[in-house]
Amino acid sequence: MKRLPAIVPILATPPGARDFAAWAGIGWALQRDLGLALRSRAELAVHLSFYVIVVSLFPLAATPDRGLLAAMAPAVLWVAALLASLLSLPRLFAVDLLDGTLEQIALSPYPLAALVSGKIAAHWLTTGLPVVLLAPLLALQYELDSEAITVLSAGLLLGTPILSLLGAIGAALTLGVRGAGSLLALLILPLYVPVLIFGAGAVDAFRVGLGAAANLSLLGAGLLVAVVGAPFAAAAAVRIALD
Amino acid sequence: MLRAHNLTARRGFAHLFADLTFTVGSGEALLVTGANGSGKTTLLRILAGLTAPEAGSVRWRGAEVSAFSAAVRQEVAFVGHLPALNDALTAQENLMTLLALSGDSAHSDEVRAALSAVALERQSSLPVRVLSQGQRRRIALARLALAQRTLWLLDEPATALDVAGATILSDLIARHLAGHGCVVATTHQPLELGPARVTTLALTP
Repeated sequence: MKRLPAIVPILATPPGARDFAAWAGIGWALQRDLGLALRSRAELAVHLSFYVIVVSLFPLAATPDRGLLAAMAPAVLWVAALLASLLSLPRLFAVDLLDGTLEQIALSPYPLAALVSGKIAAHWLTTGLPVVLLAPLLALQYELDSEAITVLSAGLLLGTPILSLLGAIGAALTLGVRGAGSLLALLILPLYVPVLIFGAGAVDAFRVGLGAAANLSLLGAGLLVAVVGAPFAAAAAVRIALD
Repeated sequence: MLRAHNLTARRGFAHLFADLTFTVGSGEALLVTGANGSGKTTLLRILAGLTAPEAGSVRWRGAEVSAFSAAVRQEVAFVGHLPALNDALTAQENLMTLLALSGDSAHSDEVRAALSAVALERQSSLPVRVLSQGQRRRIALARLALAQRTLWLLDEPATALDVAGATILSDLIARHLAGHGCVVATTHQPLELGPARVTTLALTP
């Protein structure tokens, strides 16, 4: 007990210091990135159009066999979602690095992982969520029945945030590297494989009567792990990029 | 308040400086001079906690500043080579965003007043994309004036500024020093800082 007074000054906040809560940091980054995304709607529209076009090309190219189309629908929609996510990821941190904002973000009193989380959340809301919302519409081209479409959408809703979270680590690791886009694809696509397997697998399992619960639970568990871990990993990678 | 002890830094294989020891007290300025590539920017980044030194230590108010430690972040204003302005936002929006990021809340009237103090009131609602380098520098000066920070780390603050801009900069620094602030600035041009205590540190390879 005698050592307590020596410890207390370390724990006590210095005079004039304020509490910089993680939530406020997340809010700052979310608000800023959503505002910036609204200013560059054309760019978002390009990413979404890419998704829509890729998904729509397969029914045109494949034999018009109902069973075949329905069987490949989950694979096509998921692969297109991965590619659309990859297309938008290189700019997640690169713009801020080039104009110096990333330095100021790293020097902010808010926790860096919180600021990075806000950026990731904004990335998902502007690129992942539209993909989820468009999926039921696009799935109609594949003659999927409505229950299978529900399972597909549920899988995408759980899986696309994982894509943004894992992708953010890759985007931060490839900061300042020449040809960052292709390197990012090499780095991140292997990590996307489990998401792809469980996401597309959920629809397949449902269609053969096994039920989608197991696959969706695994996706949900993956999402929780990614939400907790990825922002810290991405923040560490941002620090390395700035050093 | 700011104390560097035996700082040694290198960038890649190049040794930049070795065993730098200095103190910057309250109301004092340290001007860092030196040839291009002598490590001025690296020194500032070490002081800000953006880069770790090869050896030596930095202390702020007695607390050790290691890379990305929180010790200095609530009190430092860092103006680097890059202005930290997003091209798509206006000068006013950029300032509001940066102030919110550093935890200083400023009213939009105060921001407008700070922008007119650097003679940018007419450009305050233009996207930064259309502003010149000097005008971007002036926005950075307005940020310094608004953020309530004790330690200013300025990397070549006079670059791209015209004569009037350089006067605004000198006045700003002089007022900050008079209010017991600390300034570490790298510079090529001499700054008129009035009666404040100014030390010069020349970096030689």
